[in-house]
Amino acid sequence: MLDTRPADPSKFIQGRTGPWEVILGLEVHAQVASKSKLFSGAAVGFGAGPNEQVSLVDAAMPGMLPVLNRYCVEQAVKTGLGLRAQINRRSRFDRKNYFYPDLPQGYQISQFEFPIVGEGVVEVERDDGATFEVRIERLHLEQDAGKLIHDLSPSESYVDLNRAGTALMEIVSKPDMRSSEEAAAYVKMLRTILIYLGTCDGDLEKGNLRADVNVSVRRPGEGLGTRCEIKNVNSFRFIQEAIEHEARRQIEILEDGGRILQETRLYDPNKRETRSMRSKEEAHDYRYFPDPDLLPLELEQAWIDEIKASLPELPDDKRRRFMGDYGLSAYDAGVLIADQAKADYFEAAAKGRDAKLVANWVTNELSARLTAGDLEINESPVPATYVAELVDLLGEGVISSKIAKEVFEHVWNGEGSPRAVVEKRGLKQVTDTGAIEKAIDEIIAANPGQVAAVKEKPQAVGWFVGQVMKATGGKANPAAVNEILKSKLGI
Amino acid sequence: MAIDVDTVRRVAHLARIATPEARLEPLAAELNGIMQWIEQLGEVDTDGVEPMTSCVATTTPMRDDVVTAGGEPGRVLSNAPKSADNFFVVPKVVE
Repeated sequence: MLDTRPADPSKFIQGRTGPWEVILGLEVHAQVASKSKLFSGAAVGFGAGPNEQVSLVDAAMPGMLPVLNRYCVEQAVKTGLGLRAQINRRSRFDRKNYFYPDLPQGYQISQFEFPIVGEGVVEVERDDGATFEVRIERLHLEQDAGKLIHDLSPSESYVDLNRAGTALMEIVSKPDMRSSEEAAAYVKMLRTILIYLGTCDGDLEKGNLRADVNVSVRRPGEGLGTRCEIKNVNSFRFIQEAIEHEARRQIEILEDGGRILQETRLYDPNKRETRSMRSKEEAHDYRYFPDPDLLPLELEQAWIDEIKASLPELPDDKRRRFMGDYGLSAYDAGVLIADQAKADYFEAAAKGRDAKLVANWVTNELSARLTAGDLEINESPVPATYVAELVDLLGEGVISSKIAKEVFEHVWNGEGSPRAVVEKRGLKQVTDTGAIEKAIDEIIAANPGQVAAVKEKPQAVGWFVGQVMKATGGKANPAAVNEILKSKLGI
Repeated sequence: MAIDVDTVRRVAHLARIATPEARLEPLAAELNGIMQWIEQLGEVDTDGVEPMTSCVATTTPMRDDVVTAGGEPGRVLSNAPKSADNFFVVPKVVE
């Protein structure tokens, strides 16, 4: 496969015999946020009693026929458009054949040869604000399997088919990632896009988004090595850990003169190692063939256009717009767009005022308090209009930035709008030079020693500024204080 | 396309159909007969004809995303050889 990324030595892993490059490709399974299943009218959801959300289609009773869920098709198309990918107007469902107790049909309905979505691209942002591209190979629709419970009996497994038949979008990337951090950043970006689009809720804890990671290593500059696939990793931390442990394992084998066997492995977070899933090996002959119960899926161009017109602004477009229109740094823009609601909140407050300052308040003071209180942005006790008002007060010179923090604290505690708090608590900045001069005169008169010192060492004026602020309860305008002090002290 | 004994053994295993060794040879012969019969289709000139996966020239119907089934674990489990607490129960399978 075409290797589009130049080697980056800073990402190499050092082995005993020299550096190695890690090559990563991901298959992400995203559960479609639908009410009912891909091919049946049984409910999709979390927490129902065993086999409560199972139709006779899901249980694979003889004679039952699958009927495609239009909404799921729409979500796949929407996601494809969000990945800037080719939408295939004609696609097909195939049977992937294998036996396992969580799969009553004996096959999974999937799309093999003709997926609904073809090649696309995702722009991923790294922590340092730089971006890189991950090419998408394809996206296809398929059924999820049921769930096995092993701890209810020592000799038997219990089967719950509630999840069986739930619609999944399998999103396959090309091997475009070169470190565990990049892989995690890609999944985060993908998750953000899915949440923006509303096609998947992105809940990793519930398993609604999970990743299979393909890992291989090579000497820099050489051809691709043999890969191993780590199945079903369901947290950002585990994705990184699994990759690091698997890359190390492969490097050790190769440095000992061994050979990598292409196989499926599982990551065990407790033992912090990957191990082979031998039982899956011989099942790898899936004997795909077109599902005779389903006709080809054809999409009207008008429907695709309609879905396209309904797309929200995508995260990377939003990031570029925030940087261009509001002059935000890549970092601030990245922090804001990672959460659609936070981005909206920022925009509501930023329109027509100092946007950078608004971004600072949203990403620092507000975000810190929200995190501490375990609150989402839409649960914030401080509405966007109050952040806007606070920034206006700063712009108008009514309060200093130090006082602004105090005002924010009171606003957070429910004392009303920033203007009301400033009014009620008398926090208005003193710009009345007469009052400031009076305070300065008093301080100069009381501290002749300091006055002599500051003439020798003008930097010591800071001490005077501090005293004036103390005398005025922090409300004196710092610029005015500086100016008056300098003229009175003759420095 | 000729089907040999090894292929029959492999396909039987993948399909979980118990097949005694003695049956493999005769099955291979039968399957080869079926394949030869199918290969007669090769006589038809299909150049430029798109392959069909069904004999109905129409596309798949779709349904709306509404919940119309479920909530009847008793019925779902009614044919299960073994069940408990609304679960199917099978011999232990562990990775």
